[in-house]
Amino acid sequence: MGEPTHAVHVHHAPKGFIRKYIFSTDHKVIGIQYYFLALFSVVLGMLLSVLFRLHLAWPNANWDLLGKLFPTGMAGGLMTPEFYLSLVTMHGTLMVFFVLTTAPQSGFGNYFLPIQIGADDMAFPVLNMLSFWITFVALVVMVMALFATGGAPLSGWTAYPPLSALGKISGPGEGLGQTLWVISLAIFCVGSLLGALNFITTTLNLRAKGMTLLRMPLTVWAWFTTSILALLAFPVLLAGGILLVLDRVGGTSFFIPAGLVVNEQLVNHSGGSPLLWQHLFWFFGHPEVYIAILPGMGVASQLLSTFSRKPVFGYKAMFSAMLAIGFLGFFVWGHHMFISGMSPYSAVAFSLLTLAIGVPSAIKTFNWLGTLWQGKIQFTSAMLFAIGFVSLFVTGGVSGIFLGQTSLDLYLHDTYFVVGHFHMIMGVAALFGIFGATYYWFPKMFGRMLNEPLGKIHFWFTFIGVNAIFFPMHIMGVAGHPRRYSDASNFNYLSSMHPLHEFITVAAIVTATAQLFFLLNFFWSLWKGKKAEMNPWNATTLEWTVPSPPPHDNFGGKLPVVYHGAYEYSVPGAKQDFIMQDSPEKIIEAT
Amino acid sequence: MPTVTMPEVEIGPRRTGGGASDFGGGGRDDFRGRGGPHVPVNSYRLGVWFGLGAILMLFVAFTSAYIYRQGLSFDWQPLSPLPILWFNTGVLVLSSLTFELGRRALRQDLTGAFGRWLTMTTIFGIAFLTGQYLAWKQLAASGIFLGTNPHSSFFYVLTGTHALHLVGGVLALAYVLVGAWRQKYTSRECAAVDVTAVYWHFMDGLWIYLFLLLFLWR
Repeated sequence: MGEPTHAVHVHHAPKGFIRKYIFSTDHKVIGIQYYFLALFSVVLGMLLSVLFRLHLAWPNANWDLLGKLFPTGMAGGLMTPEFYLSLVTMHGTLMVFFVLTTAPQSGFGNYFLPIQIGADDMAFPVLNMLSFWITFVALVVMVMALFATGGAPLSGWTAYPPLSALGKISGPGEGLGQTLWVISLAIFCVGSLLGALNFITTTLNLRAKGMTLLRMPLTVWAWFTTSILALLAFPVLLAGGILLVLDRVGGTSFFIPAGLVVNEQLVNHSGGSPLLWQHLFWFFGHPEVYIAILPGMGVASQLLSTFSRKPVFGYKAMFSAMLAIGFLGFFVWGHHMFISGMSPYSAVAFSLLTLAIGVPSAIKTFNWLGTLWQGKIQFTSAMLFAIGFVSLFVTGGVSGIFLGQTSLDLYLHDTYFVVGHFHMIMGVAALFGIFGATYYWFPKMFGRMLNEPLGKIHFWFTFIGVNAIFFPMHIMGVAGHPRRYSDASNFNYLSSMHPLHEFITVAAIVTATAQLFFLLNFFWSLWKGKKAEMNPWNATTLEWTVPSPPPHDNFGGKLPVVYHGAYEYSVPGAKQDFIMQDSPEKIIEAT
Repeated sequence: MPTVTMPEVEIGPRRTGGGASDFGGGGRDDFRGRGGPHVPVNSYRLGVWFGLGAILMLFVAFTSAYIYRQGLSFDWQPLSPLPILWFNTGVLVLSSLTFELGRRALRQDLTGAFGRWLTMTTIFGIAFLTGQYLAWKQLAASGIFLGTNPHSSFFYVLTGTHALHLVGGVLALAYVLVGAWRQKYTSRECAAVDVTAVYWHFMDGLWIYLFLLLFLWR
């Protein structure tokens, strides 16, 4: 701190493997570390989901091999309901926190936010390194919870008390496993907060000369908005987590009501309120949905513009809509609690505010379509995933309008309709944002191109696959199929829906297997892919003005000067069909 | 004829709106006393506010839980403020005062006086933490623990979380103190001092707020 240096000089990468790749303060290395952390989590989370899908489709089948792998959860090859619930819990937790929060924001954001604004690193590089390693510890603790004695946690990713607060007496996985789960999330909160603080300061403070707010790429706007959401939302989850841990191990009664009898034992707690947790959790939980999806929106805007060779339609409306979505997102947490017995007046307020989010969302959707309109569209893999993102955002968003209405939600709550809805929008739409970003930025990150035909095969399998998985769930939900049941075969009225369960499971296995195309492509191209040029997509933003991969201090000692907005494609009178942001080219007024 | 209606390309940072000069500034022109490409001083001055924003949200969440839990329950048994808490409050307020006197000395480049005031501030900070520890010991001695009743639970949670943040403040003070002994800070080079001061006064104000919440809103 405060070492006297010249204003501009070349920074050499630190020597030594550990400083360079493990405890690195380089935002690019940290971004890749986050990305691989998410890649590990997504593979694990996906495998867990395939396991419980198998059970849903064939609840009475005997899986001998799995019985040997999981001697307690699947003794004799049959899955216990508790094991089913713990698989669902760990799937949700890993995906929401360690994939959807981590890859789009901390992964790509870390790598590209500083370069896109023309900075040589984050504002606080050491803090940045700490954020990653704190998140890493959180993941280690979460994986420990998976293997905890007594079983993995089974309270769902929302961990509703009182069962999540009571400890062992409420079930096999509610002992050590659940405690580790809460501790892991508390650690995760700290890591995310440090990251958010760093992103915000960097965006406000380290922009290159000429990089005004209105010239920032929409990806930067998305990461910036997401960081503000994270900064305000994660402390609330942290508070809830601290109180929940104390209820479990400190003998307090924040969330545990009086006179509670669980598993025929009277619980020695008094006066707490399980709904208090729901308020704290969803005050975080709803902004969290936008934390997952906003970076995808930024990526979609960037990709649709680049591959349509057109400016983003309505740039100002686009970032304003993101800010509006982020702002409104803090006032709608009650729509997760419509059936909690809240006053109908509050329900109406929450409902109206929820539906109001449809307005900025529609603005974004129409502007994406407007960006595509009459563009010279290039159907690269990255572009396909960006278009897929828009498609899934619409599918998932429309069902949100249903759920946002109290009267409909009373019926649809806790059915498969909800599962279908949030997987479409928060799960796979956000995932398509990650895939799009990967196909787009892989050349810059690793200096090699991904294989395009493999990418397209991956896209079509995944796009059709996720629709085949999640679309039928909406129908099942409308028909009244409850979620969280490990075995629906004992209920007469659900038996007619069983073929759908089998269909979904087959679709899930096919889609999961198709991800091998991606993994194969990823790791093969890492070493054997075609060498990437500096600007393979003819894009305009600053990361394409530096070599692939960029040097340690991004711009080789000189900081760029920015003269143009982020999306100047097909400008009449310009030399090429795009103008780089740092190009001093003046636009000649045609007369 | 198609006419291009691009505005004249503007080079350099453009201020968007008034208010805090840090916001919307953009560009690297407004760094005062910037060392090198890494850790520009201004980032610390800016970053501390966002950190405090997060800490504020943490306590806002605790406060809403406190009010909610109290309003619903029949098992709320309010504690009365221990005398030592008044003493601790006084010590913490004094520490903010000495910190400010120290900064006033630094502004006149009286580095010796600055070091002395800052030493006092650190001692007061440690005294506050010790006092809080004694308060917990006293409560525990009278049989009031974390799980005894909801008010005592919140008392331990709120004071404990605050104390944890104050430990961070004392560490920052210690860092500044070492710099002060080495005559590192001047009236122009004092970002670490300013940032620590902002954090420290916030923790002071937060304690007064928590004290009022715990013992007026019972």
